[in-house]
Amino acid sequence: MTTPSMPQAGATLSGNKALQIEEPLIFEQDAAGRTAVDLPAVPQHQERLGGLKRKQAVGLPGLSEPQVVRHYTKLSQKNFAIDMNVYPLGSCTMKHNPRLNEKVARLPGIADLHPLQPVSTVQGALALIDRLAHWLKTLTNMPAVAMSPAAGAHGELCGIMTIRAALLAKGDARKRILVPESAHGTNPATAAACGYEVDPVPADDRGRVDLAAFKAKLGPDVAGTMITNPNTCGLFENDIIDIADAIHGVGGYFYCDGANFNAIVGRVRPGDLGVDAMHINLHKTFSTPHGGGGPGAGPVVLSAALAPYAPLPYVTHGPNGFDLKEQDDGGTAFGRLKGFHGQMGMFTRALSYILSHGSDGLRQASGDAVLNANYILAGLKETLTPAFSGTCMHEALFNDDFLQGTDVTTLDFAKAMIDEGYHPMTMYFPLVVHGALLMEPTETESKDGLDRYVEVVKGLAERAKAGDTAYFEGAPYHTPRRRLDETLAARQPILKWKPPVEKQAAE
Amino acid sequence: MRYLPLTEADRRVMLAKIGVPSIDSLYADVPSKALLKAPIADLPDHQGEIEVERQMQAFANQNLGTASCPSFLGAGAYRHHVPATVDYLIQRGEFLTSYTPYQPEVTQGTLQYLFEFQTQVALLTGMDVANASMYDGATSTCEAVQMANRITRRKKAVVSGGLHPHYHEVIATLAKFTGFEIVSPQPAPQGGEDLMAMVDKDTSCIVVQYPDVFGQVRDYTKLAEAAHAAGALLIVAVTEIVSLGLLTPPGDMGADIVTAEGQSLGNPLGFGGPYVGLFATRDKYLRQMPGRLAGQTVDAEGRRGWVLTLSTREQHIRREKATSNICTNSGLCALAFTIHLSLLGEAGLRQLAELNHAAASRLADRLSAIDGVDLQTPQFFNEFTLKLSKPAAKVVEELAQRRILGGVPVSRLWPGRPELENLLLVAATETVTDDDMAALETALKEVLR
Ligand SMILES: Cc1ncc(COP(=O)(O)O)c(C=O)c1O
Repeated sequence: MTTPSMPQAGATLSGNKALQIEEPLIFEQDAAGRTAVDLPAVPQHQERLGGLKRKQAVGLPGLSEPQVVRHYTKLSQKNFAIDMNVYPLGSCTMKHNPRLNEKVARLPGIADLHPLQPVSTVQGALALIDRLAHWLKTLTNMPAVAMSPAAGAHGELCGIMTIRAALLAKGDARKRILVPESAHGTNPATAAACGYEVDPVPADDRGRVDLAAFKAKLGPDVAGTMITNPNTCGLFENDIIDIADAIHGVGGYFYCDGANFNAIVGRVRPGDLGVDAMHINLHKTFSTPHGGGGPGAGPVVLSAALAPYAPLPYVTHGPNGFDLKEQDDGGTAFGRLKGFHGQMGMFTRALSYILSHGSDGLRQASGDAVLNANYILAGLKETLTPAFSGTCMHEALFNDDFLQGTDVTTLDFAKAMIDEGYHPMTMYFPLVVHGALLMEPTETESKDGLDRYVEVVKGLAERAKAGDTAYFEGAPYHTPRRRLDETLAARQPILKWKPPVEKQAAE
Repeated sequence: MRYLPLTEADRRVMLAKIGVPSIDSLYADVPSKALLKAPIADLPDHQGEIEVERQMQAFANQNLGTASCPSFLGAGAYRHHVPATVDYLIQRGEFLTSYTPYQPEVTQGTLQYLFEFQTQVALLTGMDVANASMYDGATSTCEAVQMANRITRRKKAVVSGGLHPHYHEVIATLAKFTGFEIVSPQPAPQGGEDLMAMVDKDTSCIVVQYPDVFGQVRDYTKLAEAAHAAGALLIVAVTEIVSLGLLTPPGDMGADIVTAEGQSLGNPLGFGGPYVGLFATRDKYLRQMPGRLAGQTVDAEGRRGWVLTLSTREQHIRREKATSNICTNSGLCALAFTIHLSLLGEAGLRQLAELNHAAASRLADRLSAIDGVDLQTPQFFNEFTLKLSKPAAKVVEELAQRRILGGVPVSRLWPGRPELENLLLVAATETVTDDDMAALETALKEVLR
């Protein structure tokens, strides 16, 4: 691989580049005894540790507060974020994260509640969960919702367990779950984690579930299917009602992966499509921040057939106000998925977002998300190669045909986008499209911003076609680090800091 | 609507470029009977910040927050003082509004703090390697059991009666659906359970908690040896991570996997979530670990940098053969954890842990001197169990009426067990003042009279 180096004029003594400042590990800034907290003296007390007092130091570094602030500030400046520019990461719904949500999540009386306080002291918290649940049920036209799952994949686990519980109640858990080949990796992983065999269903040449192949796989041992809708190709499964009828016809259940709910909020209610269970990623559709990989929340709406098997705990409403059902004596709840009651901090943020948008705003938001994606598709369809014809939902999918004969890969192309100030789109997903480039702008991008984005992507495509392969192979050039050696990282894993050998020897 | 940049004029131009008459026409693939023609009617329309904030405040006003009264609640979630710096730093948009660091060139910040986080977790637990976080302590412990099942190719977990019942229930729920077995002695603050008597040739692991759910601190060194002799792994779950600032780490006792709830560092109580699950193990089990891992490498110019690594264990590569289905984890909570721990450092963590132990020890002295109150757990860190002369749930309710959150009745965790009905779990952290202790002491005397 040729990697054109930076011009010499750019080199500095420190290795810093103006606003990009090199930052060592926190462990490399240690001074023994130093701390960034001033705690009171420890009062007299009887030690009751049963002889298990720690004998050796932990090995944590000592820093002062200003050093800690600079450390994390400098680290933050090495990150790309929604707050900076277009973040068209398909399937991830990187929309604006309103700061009002952050403010209300930190209100005293919410942030400082203990999960095991007497329910008489948390009536407002239970009312909040109930209000959010009401919105989720109404937006999906589903009669019940399990609030405790911690993220999308956890919601999938919840849904598949609910299905298994419902089938077990009829005396047969069944064996197989049908999962389209275009599905996100969490779908097959979840089905397998619940003890099911994953039976893959191919996509047809329109990027949808191949209905004939799907029907051919149905049988009395099929527990259900997991289908993403709108799907991971950014398309609405137009046979969805037939699919639901077919799975119900063999006594199975329809799990819908709701990762792409943002495309249809206020316009299509999954309950009207025959869905039995669907998780909603609050960290996608309802704007709770992704936080560099979490936390999220994945409430699961349930059909009447599945509702009795919903996990613990859940909020109920009685004569004395709200109650929290944490135990199920002889009931049908399938069990418990996590400690305590769910991602309250995310519920608060999501409700704040939902109340801000309201019914009218949510419908406008999904429409704008779809409009923005189609605008990108229209702008790029001559230069890039759309994976499928026609319009799309909230994300535009391209294959790598436009790079044919250039030796530039989807990955190289994405890395060149970084230098232009954009986060790359999702790459090589879904697997059913060769060298996939999946772009999801969301509704919170402006037209001007998308115009500039489209111009840049077009320009890069033309540069690739013009044969400037070396440029792409070397990209990115302007990031705090150039391309990183992932093979080395996996071959010789270094997963934690260790003190340098001289220091160890001196101790 | 303040979050939507498109104007009506923009929309018109964009629709023309796409070549469709309206946004609705972009939904042509939706079966027409399922397509709504107007906003859902029985939900309110959009509102400004003022109105929304007022409504959210109204929810908050109906609760009794732990910061507004003397509070002694624990049982897996603890109120600690979080330095102001933590919450400021985690709200920097570059951290808050970034995705999972799949593109390492533009996420070196996230990757470096995850690498530091992993190092801190490994050091605290006394283990070789830690991952970049799980959802919470309970799910982390459940993943540990699955991992032990994979490693040993056995299908039975022996679970201590001293494990937090939520953790137990999460494991039991998965066990029920995937067909592995769980055996467990009855919960009892005195302990005395003989876990090895339940171990047989099918046993993949023994799961214990440290300190246990009643607060008792126990040495698991011999248990680890016995488990290993029987070909089983020892999993140690920690629900109060601050305790490891003062206690011998589970790794030194021979644990094979240490799981923990990391909420105590950097994260608010928040009514139970989001929290952060910690997961650490031995190097030899690395490739069976669940979850993301940040690793060190070099870039094209030979400079040190960070990437997500060993992802051939994970769902996005391995699909149905993955070690776990987890994708989104608890990144930002892990950031809060690692910043708090960086602020504390070795000296600060030690002192924080000592303050916790001192507060709990002093409180135990005061409360166990009351008539009708007996201390059940002689060795503890910052939480202990009392036996009261009355059912604890009623006592707690009466204390709450006096605006004191006096602890967690054990019957909240295990309802319907007469032998546990009078037990009260009481925690004291550095946030508890002498006045708080006096208030609880006085009120408890009254309530028990
Ligand atoms: C289609 C799809 N399904 C499931 C998931 C998993 O969601 P989470 O990361 O919240 O667990 C994702 C997230 O990336 C996704 O895009």
